[in-house]
Amino acid sequence: MKVKVNIKLKDGVLDPQGKTIMHALKSLGFKGIHDVKVAKQIILDVDDDKEVKQMCEDLLANTVIENYEILS
Amino acid sequence: MIAILDFLGTNCQYDTEFAYKKLGFKTKIIWHEEKKLPSQTKLVVIPGGFSYGDYLRSGAIAKFANIMSDVKRYAQNKGLILGICNGFQILLELKLLPGAMKHNENLNFISKYHHIKVVSNDNTFLKAYKKDDILDIPIAHGEGNYFIDDMGLKSLEENNQILFRYCDEKANSLNPNGSISDIAGICNKEKNIFALMPHPERAIDKLIGSDDGVGLLKGFFD
Repeated sequence: MKVKVNIKLKDGVLDPQGKTIMHALKSLGFKGIHDVKVAKQIILDVDDDKEVKQMCEDLLANTVIENYEILS
Repeated sequence: MIAILDFLGTNCQYDTEFAYKKLGFKTKIIWHEEKKLPSQTKLVVIPGGFSYGDYLRSGAIAKFANIMSDVKRYAQNKGLILGICNGFQILLELKLLPGAMKHNENLNFISKYHHIKVVSNDNTFLKAYKKDDILDIPIAHGEGNYFIDDMGLKSLEENNQILFRYCDEKANSLNPNGSISDIAGICNKEKNIFALMPHPERAIDKLIGSDDGVGLLKGFFD
């Protein structure tokens, strides 16, 4: 089965990539942009999703600055 | 004996070895597949580089290397560890030091000389320095934007765990990468694990710009 894990920076942790992209979009003339956040998605092909939470805790996310969300 | 760890993608192990040998120390480069540190190890250096290509997050994969379980045991027994650049990132991922690294604020890889000032000197690493001593040491990193939450920062300050802050040559605040509170180096509460983003092993001879790194590398042993 495919399990998707979304990993994004926690609220309050400044996202330098998001900020840079926002500036770039604005400089291209796009209007009405309030914020841009960059997240990553890891797609796992696994027998079952029992251990995915542990995988996130141990390796996939750095829980000091990142939140993860498991989508089955 | 100074044990210098070597992972796939580490690239400052030989500079570190060269620097310590020049200062008259015995060194050994320890391949990550080894299971044990040499028994006469007095200091473990986790050198700079791009362990495992910085995949996922810098330092995230190196923490599972074979040698790391012995490094953790060594740390628990109050053994001295110095992390330089990628070594800093690895120590954060191992949770031997608090906080985390983010991409530099401007997203660029920054490689240049930068001034840092000594913040806390009540530890075995910086005991020869005075507060606000200024050093000129190269930095070379893409992920040096140190982050810790408010409580963590307060605790670092209260326990004198902030070793260095980035500054200009007159000690004014000057921050190359966006790190919180201009932090360039920290240690743990027990003061046996130290890390900094600048590269002291690249500043060991005035001929190539600065020898301000010499005092740091020798700091533990004076």
